[in-house]
Amino acid sequence: MADYEVHEHDVLVVGAGGAGLRAAIEASASGVSVGLVCKSLLGKAHTVMAEGGIAAALANVDAEDGWQTHFRDTMNGGKMLNNWRMAQLHAQEAPDRVRELEQWGAVFDRTREGKILQRAFGGHTWKRLCHVGDRTGLEMIRTLQDRGVHQGIDVYMECAVTRLLKDGQRIAGAFGYFREDGRYVVFKAKAVVLATGGVGRMFPVTSNSWEYTADGHALALRAGADLIDMEFVQFHPTGMVWPPGVRGLLVTEGVRGEGGILRNSAGERFMFKYLPEATRKDYAETEDEAKRWVDAAIAGQKTDARRPPELSTRDNVARSIYLEVKAGRGTPHGGVFLDISYQDAERVKRKLPSMYHQFKELADVDITRQPMEVGPTMHYIMGGVRVDADTGESRVPGLFGAGEVTGGMHGANRLGGNSLSDLIVFGRRAGLGAANYVKALNARPQCSDDEIKAAVEEMEAPFKRTDGKNPYELQRKLHEIMSTYVGIFREEKDLKTGIARLEELTDEVRHAAITGSKTYNPGWHMCHDLTNMMLAAQAIAQSALSRKESRGAHSRLDYPDTDPHLGKVNTSIYLEGGEVKLKQTPLPEMPEELKQLFVKKEATRNA
Amino acid sequence: MPEAIMKVFRGISREAGEFKTYKVPVEEGMVVLDAIHYIQGFLDPELSVRWNCKAAKCGSCSAEVNGYPSLMCKTRMDRFPEGQEITVEPLKTFPLVKDLVTDVSWNYEVNKKIPPFTPKPDADWTFMQEDIERVQEFRKCIECFLCQDVCHVLRDHDRKDVFAGPRFFVRMAGLEMHPLDALNRAEFLKDHAGLGFCNITKCCTEVCPEEIHITDNAIIPLKERVVDEFYDPVLMFFKKIFGKS
Ligand code: SF4
Ligand code: SF4
Ligand code: FES
Repeated sequence: MADYEVHEHDVLVVGAGGAGLRAAIEASASGVSVGLVCKSLLGKAHTVMAEGGIAAALANVDAEDGWQTHFRDTMNGGKMLNNWRMAQLHAQEAPDRVRELEQWGAVFDRTREGKILQRAFGGHTWKRLCHVGDRTGLEMIRTLQDRGVHQGIDVYMECAVTRLLKDGQRIAGAFGYFREDGRYVVFKAKAVVLATGGVGRMFPVTSNSWEYTADGHALALRAGADLIDMEFVQFHPTGMVWPPGVRGLLVTEGVRGEGGILRNSAGERFMFKYLPEATRKDYAETEDEAKRWVDAAIAGQKTDARRPPELSTRDNVARSIYLEVKAGRGTPHGGVFLDISYQDAERVKRKLPSMYHQFKELADVDITRQPMEVGPTMHYIMGGVRVDADTGESRVPGLFGAGEVTGGMHGANRLGGNSLSDLIVFGRRAGLGAANYVKALNARPQCSDDEIKAAVEEMEAPFKRTDGKNPYELQRKLHEIMSTYVGIFREEKDLKTGIARLEELTDEVRHAAITGSKTYNPGWHMCHDLTNMMLAAQAIAQSALSRKESRGAHSRLDYPDTDPHLGKVNTSIYLEGGEVKLKQTPLPEMPEELKQLFVKKEATRNA
Repeated sequence: MPEAIMKVFRGISREAGEFKTYKVPVEEGMVVLDAIHYIQGFLDPELSVRWNCKAAKCGSCSAEVNGYPSLMCKTRMDRFPEGQEITVEPLKTFPLVKDLVTDVSWNYEVNKKIPPFTPKPDADWTFMQEDIERVQEFRKCIECFLCQDVCHVLRDHDRKDVFAGPRFFVRMAGLEMHPLDALNRAEFLKDHAGLGFCNITKCCTEVCPEEIHITDNAIIPLKERVVDEFYDPVLMFFKKIFGKS
């Protein structure tokens, strides 16, 4: 068998974005030994690209805000399919986690009184997003990174985990390889925290970085955990549509939070007509009212005007844009116009500096003078590993999760700004959960040689196949299947075709081959990433087929309404004998006192 | 479709490696990283490159394009006249791993040694936007290490043993100028970070993709602090008498 090196830790954290770093810091602070593995260099994880802000009911700008309102907004945004306990913990603890970041050195934009400034965002009742211009994610990751390096956490950079190792039912460690030279590594660990992020690279138009290949989703499934809510894939309404090389790149919701206006090619401000009945009265009725709201927000004043229709929830805005383009009212490059150029140029540059540069440098567009062209881009997966809200533990003893790789927190649709707060609230909880679990264990679980041998063989195989397929070509096929059959709008016959084609492709992926050495060989890495994406793609497609209703980000053309019965169940995906299986499991029921917070009746149309 | 001629460095050592030429179709608005991805996806799946965001936000895709330290995801192909060969090679200042990937781990070692943010014990966490403009400028750094690559103290003289480099002067300036930080890093800057080796050539500032005024806003004020602390005659006098500043 090929050689491998061995490292021993109490807790191994896989992934070093916001959730992984926060988990590692917490576990380490509680006195256990921590290893932190990341596929990229430290500080480059996808969190770095988060722009708009962190949602936390600090009530620095709108004194009326509080955790109950944040909780309610989150549940409403998630179409009540969220795990209520996660949404509650999240709303209650986010303010402390944000203050903690500040005390660790993060430098947020300030209010006139010198407190953390907060901006408006889609679906949030009050101005709630703490931010640093439009580079909030960078601020967060750098703060956590600098905190982490002084805590004695061992960081394994450019290292990919390909298998979790178990001792009977329990987690015993993980197997992986270093990208730099392909050497194998076994981490003996009593607990593993998955913080691997999302799945975006299976879609051709996505805001996600190359790392997002569903690693944690696949690792968890193979280790015996289940995934919930995989049908809920968020398309962010505003990605760049031109030039082709950056298609899908994110345009922060902060543009709309600062007053950006959406128009179609006929000049119509179309979002007014797509506001769902249930929430219509929360939004401005006229352009004039929307303008008064924006003016007041810029001046830092109170107003009775309601927020602009562009601040509707992401799922709704994405669908609206899609429909406008489909109806022939799109821009030359197949998007719609997003315009902030009517505002003072200097202010736009100050509040949205990276957007200004991004468009100027990549698209030759000066956003202080011209509108941007934008369209939906795959951005986030609400579904993921089912974990306990309080501790982050999955149904596999010793396996924990936090952040995008987990499911439940965001229900059927995530609100902007709720992701960064999710990372730090549940990163901390999972780190603590794992440390407590480790402390309660009597003996170190043992890694089995057989499992390690199988893991090595799996990685060696692509070099041995002589008649194999090019992994990049296979990824292009996967892109084509996902965008054609499992996109924004879904339908039974498409999903069935998609599932059949995914099955065929899974066979081809088993034959993916690569030449050359193991030294920083991206094609080799892709061979394994593909196997992860195939599993998650099946999970998404099958979950989408099974949910015969439209809810949140899941829009079925053949079932356009929400079905109250289906609002009480989660779709659960698990493996049995290597096969992807599905069943519906009951949604945890909210306690009475929280139910009281919801006065409005449930909508029957999905919007 | 027009074609670009890409000359890309391939190999696992500077001596044994060589430039390979690839023809890549050019689309409107394309950047150098797109061309590299095209090569990976269609011509050579083994080509090694780092990238994450494709949006000049993560600082992963640093390389030398036609000899100039650049982010590949920000370098437009139409900057170069049609027909001109475009060479892409790894950063020179760091040891080569393979192709366009270099070993930048030294930077992470330097970072670990920097005395961390240490807030004043009585801080009430109120401070004004005007007091943090500078600090926020420094915190825009995406750790692309292009400034480290271009600085002659590292590039030509390889003084990684004594010199932290512009990236970390930016970081320390951000800490020193934080309105609530209580630590004084002057001694560290002078004796451990090698601030004195910098002779203000401003090459680092020129290549910074985040347009941080590294020399004027970070390095020069830090140098002034060190001078005030250690060489100011009035202060030295007081130090002699009272034993500390
Ligand atoms: S100004 Fe100083 S740090 Fe910057 S490149 Fe010149 S010598 Fe190096
Ligand atoms: S200071 Fe500028 S050039 Fe240097 S690492 Fe940071 S972003 Fe890159
Ligand atoms: S890929 Fe992130 S900076 Fe170029």
